[in-house]
Amino acid sequence: MSTSQETMAVGFDERGFLRRLSAFDWIWALVFLAATIYASVTFAPWMDRYEQGILYLSWATLVGVGWMWKPARIFSAALALVALFAVARYPDLAAAQSDFFLNYLLSSQAAIMWMCALFLAATPVYFAGLLLRSEFLNKLGTALTWLASGAGFLGLLVRWWESYLIAPEVGRIPVTNLYEVFVLFAFTTALIYLYYEHRYKTRAMGGFVGLIISASIGFLLWYHFAQGAHEIEPLIPALQSWWMKIHVPTNFVAYGAFAIAAMIGVAYVIQARNPQKWQERGLPSAEVMDDLMYKNIALGFAFFTIATILGALWAAEAWGGYWSWDPKETWSLITWLNYAAWLHLRFTKGWRGVPMAWWAIIGLFVVTFTFLGVNIFLSGLHSYGEL
Amino acid sequence: MASVSQEAGAVGRKRQTRSTSAILLNFLGSMNLAITLLVAICIASVIGTVVQQNQPYEDYLSKFGPFWFPIFDNLGLYDVYSAMWYLAMLAFLVVSVSVCLARQTPGMLREMGKFREHQQERSLRAFSNHREWRTTLSPDEVETVAARALKHNGMRMRRKDRGDAVLLAGMAGSSNRIGYILTHLAIVVICVGGLVDGNLMLKYREWTGDLTLETRNIPVSQIGDESRIPPGRGSFRGMVNIPEGAAARVVFLPLRDGYIVQELPFRIEVEEFRVEHWDTGEPSLFESDLIITGSGIDEPIHHTLRVNHPLIIDGYAIYQSSFGDGGSTLNLRGWSLLGDGAEPLNIEQKVSSREQIEFADGSLTLELTEFETFNTRRVPGTESREMEELGPSFEYRLRGTDGSAREFHNYMRPVDIDGRKFFLSGMRTTPQEPFRYLHLPADRNDRPDTFLFFHDALSSEQRLRDASERGARVAMREFGLDQEELVPQVAATGRELARQLLDEGLGSVMTELESRMAGQGEEETRQSLVMFSRLVLERTLWEAFTDARTAAGDDPERELGESDQVFFQDALSTIPALAEYGVPLFLELDSYNHRQATGLQIARAPGANIVYFGSALLVAGILLLFYVSHRRVWCWIRSDGGRTMLLVAGANQRDPLSFERKFGVLGEEFDKRLKAAESTTGRHGSGDA
Repeated sequence: MSTSQETMAVGFDERGFLRRLSAFDWIWALVFLAATIYASVTFAPWMDRYEQGILYLSWATLVGVGWMWKPARIFSAALALVALFAVARYPDLAAAQSDFFLNYLLSSQAAIMWMCALFLAATPVYFAGLLLRSEFLNKLGTALTWLASGAGFLGLLVRWWESYLIAPEVGRIPVTNLYEVFVLFAFTTALIYLYYEHRYKTRAMGGFVGLIISASIGFLLWYHFAQGAHEIEPLIPALQSWWMKIHVPTNFVAYGAFAIAAMIGVAYVIQARNPQKWQERGLPSAEVMDDLMYKNIALGFAFFTIATILGALWAAEAWGGYWSWDPKETWSLITWLNYAAWLHLRFTKGWRGVPMAWWAIIGLFVVTFTFLGVNIFLSGLHSYGEL
Repeated sequence: MASVSQEAGAVGRKRQTRSTSAILLNFLGSMNLAITLLVAICIASVIGTVVQQNQPYEDYLSKFGPFWFPIFDNLGLYDVYSAMWYLAMLAFLVVSVSVCLARQTPGMLREMGKFREHQQERSLRAFSNHREWRTTLSPDEVETVAARALKHNGMRMRRKDRGDAVLLAGMAGSSNRIGYILTHLAIVVICVGGLVDGNLMLKYREWTGDLTLETRNIPVSQIGDESRIPPGRGSFRGMVNIPEGAAARVVFLPLRDGYIVQELPFRIEVEEFRVEHWDTGEPSLFESDLIITGSGIDEPIHHTLRVNHPLIIDGYAIYQSSFGDGGSTLNLRGWSLLGDGAEPLNIEQKVSSREQIEFADGSLTLELTEFETFNTRRVPGTESREMEELGPSFEYRLRGTDGSAREFHNYMRPVDIDGRKFFLSGMRTTPQEPFRYLHLPADRNDRPDTFLFFHDALSSEQRLRDASERGARVAMREFGLDQEELVPQVAATGRELARQLLDEGLGSVMTELESRMAGQGEEETRQSLVMFSRLVLERTLWEAFTDARTAAGDDPERELGESDQVFFQDALSTIPALAEYGVPLFLELDSYNHRQATGLQIARAPGANIVYFGSALLVAGILLLFYVSHRRVWCWIRSDGGRTMLLVAGANQRDPLSFERKFGVLGEEFDKRLKAAESTTGRHGSGDA
C-alpha cells in the first residue's frame, strides 16, 4: 500500500470540457470571431454566401483545433498579427521590393524562402538531437519547425493578398497550382507532426518527418528556380469556385497525414532491425510507433474521404458529373482503396509490425503518384497542375 | 422410429445444404475476398489511367498497331470502367460487403446493448488493465464514488447485485459499432447510386439490339430511330455543340467509337456566346445566353450559363463545358505555287466543311478544321519562351485524289521575329507530329504578295527565261563582256542555277559550281568563272525579284534599302523550304466572319442523391469508427474484512494503447475521488491493494 498520506483537497477536475477552458481560450476565440465578422462584413461584396459560410466554418475549425491543442492558439494569433502587419505595409506590388520587412521577411516569396531554409535546417537538427541524445537540439528542432510552418503559412496568406494586388479579378486563394500546394503540403505536414509530437511527447520522429518535408522543399526550389513557377497566374473558369477553398486544404491534411505515417513506417522498419539499440537512442517503442502510424493513416483516411467527396460534389457542378473516371479521380480511388485495405487488415486481421510499416511506405508512393504523378504523366481534367 | 430417422435424415440434408450455402456466404463475406477485391480493383483501375479512355478508335489503331488493337478492344481497355469484367469486380465487392454487413450487423446491434454483467472477480483480474483499492469507505459509498466516476467519463452503466459483491458495468462509445455499419452500408449505397447513373442500361439495350450505335458524322435529322432515345426518366450524360443563333433538342451520348442520340423535352437556343481572356491567353470567363422552350415550360427561360454554375430544369442539368467554332466563314486567297502565274483563287468556306478546289494541277479537297481568333503562345518555330498574341489562325487539311492528306496551320497576320515579319504556315503529314513552320517574309505592305510573286517568277519557265536573259546581260556588262551571242548560253546557266537554288538551296548551288569548274584550266580562270556564274545567278534572281516587286505594286525605280536586302535574303532562304511543303497551294486568310459554338454538357443523374446520401453515411461512419472508441469499465465492490475492496478493470479492443493511457488517467481519478470521499467522511486509509 502506497500511503503517502497528505490529506488531499478535492484535486479532481469534475468540470466538463467547456468549463475547463481558460479565460485566454475564450478571449482568443472571441478576438478571432470579431476578426471573422469584420472580414465577413468588410469583404461582403467579394464573397457569395458559400464563401461566407466557409469563412465562419474556418473560424469554428480554428477554435476547435486551438481548444484541443493549446499551442495552436499562440501560433494562430502570432500568424494573424504578422500577416496583418505585412498587409498593412503592402499597398501595391512595388512595395515588395522597396519595403525592408516585405523584401526580407514578409512578402510571399521572402516568407516561402524562409520556410524552405528553416525546414531544411530543422531536419538535421532533429536527427542530431536523436543521435546525440540532446534534448536541447530536439527542442531547437521543434522551434525551427514551428517557425518554418509559420513562415510557410504566412507566405500563402500574403500571396493571397498579392493576388488581389495584381488585379482584383485575379485574386484567389493560393492553393490552385503545384507550386502553391507544395508550400501547403510542407507546412500542413509539419503542423500535423507537431500536434503528434505534443500529444505523444516524443521528438524522435522529427527528423524522419523532416525528410519528406525536405524532399518537397527540394522540389519546390527546383520548381521555383528552374520553371519560374512562383508567378501568380490567373485562374481558368473551371477553377473559379468556392469549392477550391475546402477541397484542396482538406486533401492536403490527408496527404500530410499519409506522409507522416510513411515516415514513421521508415523509422519502424529501421528500429525493427535492432530494437534495443534504437530504443536506447530514443526512438519510441514499436507499439507507440505502430499506434502513431495508425493514428495518422486514420486521420489521413478520414480527410481523404471527405476531400474526395467534396471533389465529387464540385465535379458535379463544374464538369456535369460527380464521377468521370478522370485519372486524378481514379488514382484517388486507388489511394483510398489501398488505405482501406490497410485499415481492414489492421482492424480485422490484427496485422501489425514490419509488413504494415512497409505498406504505409508504399502507400506514400501511391499518394505521391495521385498528387504529382497524375499531373506529370497522365492527361485529364485535372491537367492545370502540369509541370 | 421410422419417422424419427426420416426426420433425422431431413435434418442432415438440411444441414448439408445449409453448409453449402454457408460455405458460399463465408467465402463471399470473408475478409480475404474483400481485401483481394480491393487490391484487384486498384490494379485494374490503373489500366484506365494509363490507356487514355474513350478516344477516337483511329488513335488507338495507330498507337497499338493492327495486332494489339482488336485484342485490347475485346478486353474493353478503351473504356475500362464500363467493361464487363471491371463491373463484375465492383459487383463482387458490393456483394461481399453486403454479406459482411448482413452477418455482422445483428451481432453488433446486440452487443451495443450488452453490458457484460456476467464478469467474475477472477475474470476481471485477468484484464491487463485493472487496479484495486481498499478503503475505509462503506460499499455503498464506494459505489456512489464509482458511479460518479463512470458517469463523468461518459459511460452508461448497469448495476448488478452479485450477492456478496456489487458489479457496476459501464460502457461508452457504442456508436463505434454504428460506424462500422454506416461505412459498409455507405459503400453499398454509393455503388447502387453509381449503378443507377451508369450507362449499363444503354449497353444492355445495345446488346439486345434495341439500339444501334451511330458512327457516321451526319445531321441529326438523318439519324434513324434505332439510334435515338426519347426523353424519359433514365440517366444519361451527353454533349452537344450549338453554334450561336442555332438551337438543339438533343444531346449525343458517346459510346465506344460512335454515339447515341438522346432527345430532350426542351429546346435550347443559343443567342450569344462570349469568351474573355487573361493576358496569359487562358480564358478568364466563358458564358452562353440561352433561351429554353419546351412543352412543359410556359414562359421561355432566358438564362446566362457559366462554368461552375449549372442550370437545372426538371432534373436535367445543363453545364457550360467548352466552346469551339460554330462554322465561321473564312475568306481565303489560294496562291498557286506552280509558277503558272495564275491569279490567286478566292475561296469562301465554312469551318468544319470540305470543298473541292479545281486547280491547274488537278483537284484538291480542302477541309477546314479549326479557326481561332486568339493565339497567345510562344512564337512557333523559334526558341523564344515569351508568350505573344499572334492573332487569328486556322487549320486545314488538303487531301489529294489518292486520299492522302497534309495538315496545315496558318496565321492570318505576319508575326514579328527579330524585327522582321513573317507569315507562318505550319505543315505536318500525320496528326501525331508537331507542325513544322515555314517563314514567308512579309513585304513593305505586310503582305505575302512579293514573296509569292518572287517564287512564282522563279518557278515559271517563261518569266525565269526573261529574268535570266536580263540578268545575263547585266552580269556580262559588269564583267566587261560584250558578246550578245553568248547571252543565251549565260542565261541558261543562270536558269539552271536558279532552279537548283529553288530545289536545294544556295549552299548546294555553290558546291555544284565548285565541282563543275574543277579541272577546267588554270586556278585563276576557275576562280573568275565561279565568280561570273555566281554573278549571273545573283543578277537573274535580282531581276526576278524586281519583277515580283513590280507585280506586287512596288515602284521598280525605288531606291532600295537594307530592309529590301534582308527581305531578299530571307526570301532566298525560305524558297528551298517550299519544296518540302508538299502541295502547290498556299492559303492566306483574308477576312472572316466569326461564329462561335458553345459546348454544353447535359446530364440527368437520378442516382446522384443516392450517392450523396451514401457519402454522408460514409463520412459519419468513418468519424464514428476512428474517433469514438468503444470501451468498457467494470467496478467490482465488496466488503473485505472491515474495509471495502474496489476492483476496476477496463478494455478496448480496437485501440489498446491509448486505452492503457486513458485507463491510467481513470485510475488517478478513482484515487482522487476515493481520497476526497474519505476526507469528507473523516475515515482515512485507502490505497492500492
